[in-house]
Order: sequence, then C-alpha cells, then structure tokens
Amino acid sequence: MNRFKRIEELVFKWICGIASYSLIGILGFIIIIIFVKGFNALSLEMIIEAPKGGYYYGGEGGVLNAIIGSLYIALGSSLLAIIIGVPAALYINVHLVRYKKIQNIIRYLLDALWGIPSIVYGAFGFSLMLYLGMNASLLAGIITVALLTTPIVIRTFDDVLDTIPKGLQEASFALGSTRSETAFKIIFKQGFSGFITAALLAFGRGIGDAASVLFTAGYTDLIPKNLDEPAATLPLAIFFQLGSPNPLVRERAFAAAAILTIIIMIISILARILSNKYSKLNLNN
Amino acid sequence: MYLRRKILSRMSDAWMLITLAMIILLPLIIGVALYFRASGLLQNTGLIHLLGTSEWLPHEKKFGFVPFIFSSLYVTTLAFAFSAPISFFAAIYLTQFSHGRMLKIMQPVIDILAGIPSVVYGVWGILVIVPFVSKVVAPAFHFTTSGYSILAGGMVLAVMCIPYMLNMLVESFLTVPQGLKEASFSLGATAWESVKHAVIRKSFPGIISSFGLGMAKAFGETLAVMMVVGNMVKLSLNPLEAGYPLPALIANNFGEMMSIPMYDSALMFAAFLLFIIIMAINLIFRYFIYKTQMR
Repeated sequence: MNRFKRIEELVFKWICGIASYSLIGILGFIIIIIFVKGFNALSLEMIIEAPKGGYYYGGEGGVLNAIIGSLYIALGSSLLAIIIGVPAALYINVHLVRYKKIQNIIRYLLDALWGIPSIVYGAFGFSLMLYLGMNASLLAGIITVALLTTPIVIRTFDDVLDTIPKGLQEASFALGSTRSETAFKIIFKQGFSGFITAALLAFGRGIGDAASVLFTAGYTDLIPKNLDEPAATLPLAIFFQLGSPNPLVRERAFAAAAILTIIIMIISILARILSNKYSKLNLNN
Repeated sequence: MYLRRKILSRMSDAWMLITLAMIILLPLIIGVALYFRASGLLQNTGLIHLLGTSEWLPHEKKFGFVPFIFSSLYVTTLAFAFSAPISFFAAIYLTQFSHGRMLKIMQPVIDILAGIPSVVYGVWGILVIVPFVSKVVAPAFHFTTSGYSILAGGMVLAVMCIPYMLNMLVESFLTVPQGLKEASFSLGATAWESVKHAVIRKSFPGIISSFGLGMAKAFGETLAVMMVVGNMVKLSLNPLEAGYPLPALIANNFGEMMSIPMYDSALMFAAFLLFIIIMAINLIFRYFIYKTQMR
C-alpha cells in the first residue's frame, strides 16, 4: 500500500513536470519556427513598399498596405472601443456601486460576450453593413472590430476599477462632486493602469483579428486614404499569400507572419511595462 | 457656473448609461439580426431538415448542416483531448509544485501566446503540423493524405487553446486557500495527495468551467483551423480525412454567396448556430464560475 502510494506520488509529479516543460517546449518551438521561416524571407522592401504590379505572382513590392491598413483598423477600433467602453466601465463602478447584484449580472453578460468568436461578429458586421448600405471599407472594418473589442476593454478596465477602495468615492462625494465628476476625474485617474492595459489589449486584438475583417474591410493593394475605401489587413495578407501556388509568395506570407508576431509581442510587453509603471505611481500618490 | 456643471454632469451620466446599455443589448441585437437574416432559409426548409440532413448542394437549394456540425464537434473534441491534460497538469505544476518564481516567469509568456493571432497559428500549422500528419502519422497507419485533415485542425486548435485554458486553470487553483493544503499536509498527506484530495476537489467547478470555455473557444475558432483542415464536405470518422467546420464554411464562402439564392441565408444560419451554441456554453460555465466566486 505504502509503496503504491509512493509510486503514484512520483508518477504524478513527473507527469505534471513533463506537461509544463513540454508546454514551454511547444511554445518556444512555435516562436522559433515563425521567426526562422519569416526572417529568411524578410527584407526591408517588405516593410516599406506596397505591392507593385504582379506582386502576387512573385513581382516586386511589400506588404506596407496591409501593415498600414491593420494599424488604421486597430487604432480606429480601439478608439471607438474606448469611447464606448470607458464610460460603461466607469458607470458599473461608480453609479452602480451599491447594486452588487446588477454589477454581477453585467459582468457575467460581458464575460459571455467576450467568448463569442470573431467570425460571428464578422457575419453580424456584414449584415449591419448591408443594412446601412455601406460597402466593404475601412469604416465598416473599424466598427466590426470595435464591437469585438469593446467587451474586452470594459472587462479589463473594470477589473482594475473594482480594486480601488470605495472610500475614495465616498470622499469625493462628500466634497460635493457629482457622480460623473467622481467617475472621470477621480476613479479614472486611479484606474489609469487598467485603462492602458485595456487599450493595448484592444489594439492587439484589432491588429491580429482576421475573421471579423474578412468581409467588412475588403482587400486592396492601395494604402487607404479615406474611411470609405477598402483596406488590406496584415492577417488577411498572410492568409491570401499562403493560398498562392508560387513558393516565393508563400515565403513572403511567412515573413508577414513574423512581422505580425513581432508587433503583437511589442504590444504585449509594452502593456506590461506601462501598466506596472502607472500602478506604481498610484501607490505613491 | 452651477447650471453648466449640472448639465454637463447629467449629459455624461446619460452617455455612460447609453454606452452600457448598448453593450448589454449587443448579444440580443446580434442574435436577432442573424436570425432575421437566416429566416429565409428557415421558412423554406425547416430547422429539423437543416440540422438532420447531410446533403450540401447550394445550387439545388439543399442545405444539410450535418457534415459541418460533425466536423466542428470532431475538431473540437480532438483539440480538447490534446490540450486539456497538458494544461491541467501544467497548471498544477505551476501553482503547486514549482516555485512562485516560475509562475511569475511563465505568466507573461502565456499572455503573449494567448495574444498571438490565429492566422499565425495557422501558418505554424501549415509549416509543422500538416507535414507531420502527412509524413509521420499517416504512414504509421498506412494511409496517404495531404496532411490537411481533421487531425491537423485538432492539433493546431489544441495548441491555441492551451494558453487560454492554462490561464483560467491557474487562476482557479490560486484561489484555493493555502490553509486547506496545510491542513491536508498536517494530516500526513503527501504533496500529490493533498493536490488530489484538497486542491482539485476545491477548485472542481473552476476546472470544469475552464474546460468548457476552452472548448467553446475551439468551437468558434476560424482562420487557424480553416488553414489546415482541408475544407471538404465529408462525413468520415477517420481523423486523417479532410473536414469542414462551421466557421470555415462561413469564412470560405462569403465572397460567392450573393450569386446563389438562399446561400447567404444559409451562411447566416451557420453564424446564428455558432452564436447560439457558444453563447449557451459561455453562459452556463460562466455561471459556474460566478457561483463559486460568490461563495
């Protein structure tokens, strides 16, 4: 009996250890493969030029159109998501502070909304677009992605706002400020680190999401100049180039994937650094 | 001055309420809009027929969703079978057996991986998993395949789900009070025994929810799966055959759907189905989590 126990102990400890180290292995493997394959085909031309004639048959050019398009969509959609999400998150934490049950229901719904796949948002965005008589354009893409990222912004920001001591609000009320003044001038400042995290998370999702812009943003080789023009996006550029039978074009897809991964990693690290910095500032004040 | 402040305050109150209401109503609006767009097909063919037949011939207005639902479930199940044990044991290791430092190092890594877009996982799948399936797995079973198969889809999905599930599992293991483990130790339990009898039992609802939400995510994942799964309408139990999950169906055919009557309605029905299933799974398992958090 005792011996059996000892063996069980050992076996399961080993399984757990192997699971986590193989996990690190797999994850490292992904990054290495993407970078090794990507950097082989990466050149300066890829980053600073839009596709020229015959690009998809191996001609000259780069994916600047997609990089710019993705940045526009990510920027526009996170801006929209912030405009909608920040007031909503503040409302949950200031106006509804005494209604614990309502708060919980709202959080529950938002969490569920977070889980809806982007292809559903894409289909919905497309129907909305048809309904409004819009064409596939930068604006339609921005709106669709914003719908997708707003729940993320609210919940991320709300998580930080929830940790702010309630006494701060009471002090602000006692000094005669209204609820919305308390929300935007006091609570927003205290939760600024959460705001940064939320904004960067939304930005990252906006750059990387493909299924939601597939039908709404369109695709073009030109760099968009107006909101009603279609826009290429980096994930779709990767996807379409991979569909080509030409090996050179496929190589470029790998390079574009490496570019996308680097952008995502920079955003992720930046989010960590900035949110640490601002949450420390709050403690000192 | 006072009046201006009052008006401003009222206006921002209203704006905050409107934004919140908009977001809360969003799932309802999405559901109604998709249903409305799919209703043409529903009236024409009927729900039972759509969900019960497997013929897919858009030109003849035959829309049977069985192959797609089957593929989706198959891919998701495979992904679950690969990713659940690994993330479960890794989460135990990170929270119970290793130093706290290890978890601190791992957390940003997990975050970055969870943030990598699905198209990049798809690229990785094409580079690694697809050749692996066609050159290693298939020959072992005396089967020839291009590698673009249900199995490849399941494996890529599994890798994508690991960071997501791991995050939730770690969180739920961390909420188990330290005292519970100490009590278990003081009764003479070994490390694994106290994990087995105290930690896992205590966080059981959290574990179930993490698995459920992980599966919901896998079910709705589009691009990565679509890139490696082969996209052929087939009903086969063999995981080395190509499949065609629901999200891939929508994404692949959006371009041409306007030219064939009822086709767009059918694709919207697919989106509606996806929405309903995933929303239901999310609502159920999130409810689990909230119930345990409130206790």
